[in-house]
Amino acid sequence: MRLGKYIPILTVLLLVVAIQLIISAGGANYYLTQLTMSAYYSLVIIGLCLLMGYAGQISLGHAGFFAIGGYTSAVLTTVNLMSHADSSTVGFLKRLGMVFERQDLYGNTLLAFSPWLAFIAALLITVVIALIIGIPVIRLRGHYLAMATLGFGLIIYRVVLGTGFLGEADGITGVPGFPLFGLEVSGALSRRVSNYYIAWALVLLGMLLAMNLIRSRVGRALRSIHGSEEAAGAMGIDTARYKLATFVLSAVFAAVGGIFLTHYNGSIGPSEVTGMKSVRYVAIVAVGGMDNLWGALLMSILLNFLSLRGVFGSYDDAVFAAILLVIMLFFPDGLLRAPGLRHLTILRQKAAALLRRSKPRGAEDA
Amino acid sequence: MPDSLLEIRSLSRSFGGLKAVDEVSFAVPAGAIKSVIGPNGAGKTTLFNLISGMLACDSGTVLQNGREISGFQPHRIAELGISRTFQTTKLFSRMSVLENVMVGRHTRTKAGFLAGVLNLPWTWKEEREIRERSLELLDSLGLADAAGELASNLPFGRQRLLEIARALATEPSLLMLDEPAAGLNIYETREMADLVLKIRGWGITVLLVEHDMSLVMDISDEIVVLNYGRKVAEGEPAEIQRDPEVIRIYLGGDHA
Amino acid sequence: MSFEQFFQYFLSGITSGSMYAIIAIGFNIIYNTTGIINFAQGEFLILGGMIGISLSSFLPLPLAIAAAVILTMGVGALIDFLFIRWLKRPSVLRLVIITIGISILIRESMLHIWDEKVRTLRHFTGTEISSIEILGAYISPQVLWVLGISAVIVVALSLFFRLTLVGRAMRACSDNRTAARLCGIRARRMVTFSFMLSAAIGALAGCAISPLTQTQYDMGSSLAIKGFTVAILGGLGNSTAAVIAGLVLGLLEAFSISVLPLAYIDAVSIAVLLVILFFRPSGLFGNREASALKEF
Repeated sequence: MRLGKYIPILTVLLLVVAIQLIISAGGANYYLTQLTMSAYYSLVIIGLCLLMGYAGQISLGHAGFFAIGGYTSAVLTTVNLMSHADSSTVGFLKRLGMVFERQDLYGNTLLAFSPWLAFIAALLITVVIALIIGIPVIRLRGHYLAMATLGFGLIIYRVVLGTGFLGEADGITGVPGFPLFGLEVSGALSRRVSNYYIAWALVLLGMLLAMNLIRSRVGRALRSIHGSEEAAGAMGIDTARYKLATFVLSAVFAAVGGIFLTHYNGSIGPSEVTGMKSVRYVAIVAVGGMDNLWGALLMSILLNFLSLRGVFGSYDDAVFAAILLVIMLFFPDGLLRAPGLRHLTILRQKAAALLRRSKPRGAEDA
Repeated sequence: MPDSLLEIRSLSRSFGGLKAVDEVSFAVPAGAIKSVIGPNGAGKTTLFNLISGMLACDSGTVLQNGREISGFQPHRIAELGISRTFQTTKLFSRMSVLENVMVGRHTRTKAGFLAGVLNLPWTWKEEREIRERSLELLDSLGLADAAGELASNLPFGRQRLLEIARALATEPSLLMLDEPAAGLNIYETREMADLVLKIRGWGITVLLVEHDMSLVMDISDEIVVLNYGRKVAEGEPAEIQRDPEVIRIYLGGDHA
Repeated sequence: MSFEQFFQYFLSGITSGSMYAIIAIGFNIIYNTTGIINFAQGEFLILGGMIGISLSSFLPLPLAIAAAVILTMGVGALIDFLFIRWLKRPSVLRLVIITIGISILIRESMLHIWDEKVRTLRHFTGTEISSIEILGAYISPQVLWVLGISAVIVVALSLFFRLTLVGRAMRACSDNRTAARLCGIRARRMVTFSFMLSAAIGALAGCAISPLTQTQYDMGSSLAIKGFTVAILGGLGNSTAAVIAGLVLGLLEAFSISVLPLAYIDAVSIAVLLVILFFRPSGLFGNREASALKEF
């Protein structure tokens, strides 16, 4: 049982705890807010890294899936069914615990869906849409793929911006907290620390799942598709199916990030799904090194945190664009070419192979 | 008459106005080493692409043990036990030598997305088996010492061997080799011939496309000659060497 | 719908359609010479418009427009000089990301130079309220300017590519770069020219359309998408088809206004884009087999 591969996760876990303790001790808990938000954005990055770095598919519209997740849970938890309180369907839902009464910001009584139901619904809708878009999209390559995904993201943006019940330009506010095992994902100041840990627990869980996938038979298949799609097919890998599955998986990661950030912020708006947002996600994955999961995570935390703290001022978008350009022009393999565990694995395999050599080769190697 | 391992009937494929493969038919008996030869542009690699499913045929059928497999997707054909190498090596260059071969084990193993993501215990045994089998294969091809190397770092001759190892990992009943001796020197070609014979000794039928006549005449049980996409001769090496049409194609008259 | 209404929509459609066609032609020029799809194409229109607006406050209009075109050409050359010339056989992915990055940089620069206010160039003839009546529809004379300038651009370009040495050299490059170089054509220079030419027609179009649609720093990206849609619709690289495709998209959009809420109009062109990409990426006039064999 190879426990060595869990070292990075444990290290990050320790760092997460250490940072929180330092921040709280310094009385600067407001930093925790940006770190929490950065964590949720990082969920999108993890999924996108799998898609771009391993399956080799670019997506310029992933903010769209973030929005689908966030908006669905926002709408379902803020819809007011009070006017239909007497109907039998609503009564049925109430008894099942899917719909319940709560107070909104202004003290009015609302009858809305429970966050858990909204969560499941949001994921289902995301999967369905990802499948519908994914099936034609994975057949595309290069510029066509980029444009199609960009178009997808923009359609979501236009729909969200132009639809009444989605809040149009103002988005949806008053989203309640998400009860999670006795804690609650919400923006309440008193819950800042617990929310920080929840967000990071989700990120670490996401990293764990992603790492498992990469090391598995499926992960190998994905990397082979990225290496040579023709050869992968000739070796029995159903490239279309794997690309689609990775697309859907990355969409789910993005949606989960969207759902929880919406509950954390208590709101969501069209600014989460602009073309620029999707480009930023791509920029971060590219900077970390397309297939470098830890690199992408590191860059995500760094850049998102700095951006959220306003360090880049009004030049925020320009900074991301500049980063993108510099990386793509001069460091196309990403800035961080950290050895990482894959090389360790290779070294280990080499050692095992050396031990296994049964007979020495007579002829010289070419 | 028992079904051949592979049989193609009147296979045709055109590109625009050019007939790359024109009504080609032949059969590959189980356990044989059969070679397809012909001048450049005669349609040999197109033929391979048609059989392996990478290209759709305009007409004709491909049969495996009597069952039709024309129009199947490449991965399906690999699952059915037909594997191949490529004229220009298509290795997974950013993966290690060992990992390249491990990918070949894909069709014979099961762990899917869910099992992979959750790292379920039963997958550990499967992974171990995949790794061991792959190492054995590398060993039998003399590549075991390079297991941890990046595939693209290998010298050319060993890259060709690696591609063969990868194709063998799929446990094929038919192995299609596209110009295995291309770019190899005299000694490497000799070793390649020995390897092909060894592979046949393992019970794998071999269909190969090749330009190197000494290799072809040496090890083939049967030879098919193509020119301008059409089959012009088929038979044992001795017959082919005496066939006036073949001689004309290679030594004088029109070339493709 | 009455005939006057129909005609009004029709004119509106061919006006915006001719703009989309010009943008698509800009895409095609660069694509044909370099294989690059320049996401920053839309920014050329806005940049040209903005420069023209600023200059027109102290220069006579024709001079301001001419200067805007020349300055934007300079930006096109700058893009080639700063970014494109470093690329040696880049992957398509890198190219896509790079040109997107360039378009964002240009847009952000415009934001910081001119701020986010909406601006308008002076009408070429008349004012915002002058109108001409044609067959019962009332249109601004600027519409005729737009249509006229677009037609002139299309004709001038086809003459340029057919008759001038530089134009023929560019066509040679797009056909077969190696052969062109063997003939002594400096491929590198052709790349620069293509960027400058696309920038020039973009800037001219941007000035022409500004009195009608106004100019704001962030309009470039949606223009680029529509232009790209038109380019694909006609078949990438095919500029004659781009004209027809542009008119088609323009008319489609214009008539959609009569059935769709205004907020969704932009979604129409994106929907068209997705439909084309999913079902017929070679476009209406493209060669199916040829585009299947394309690099991407």
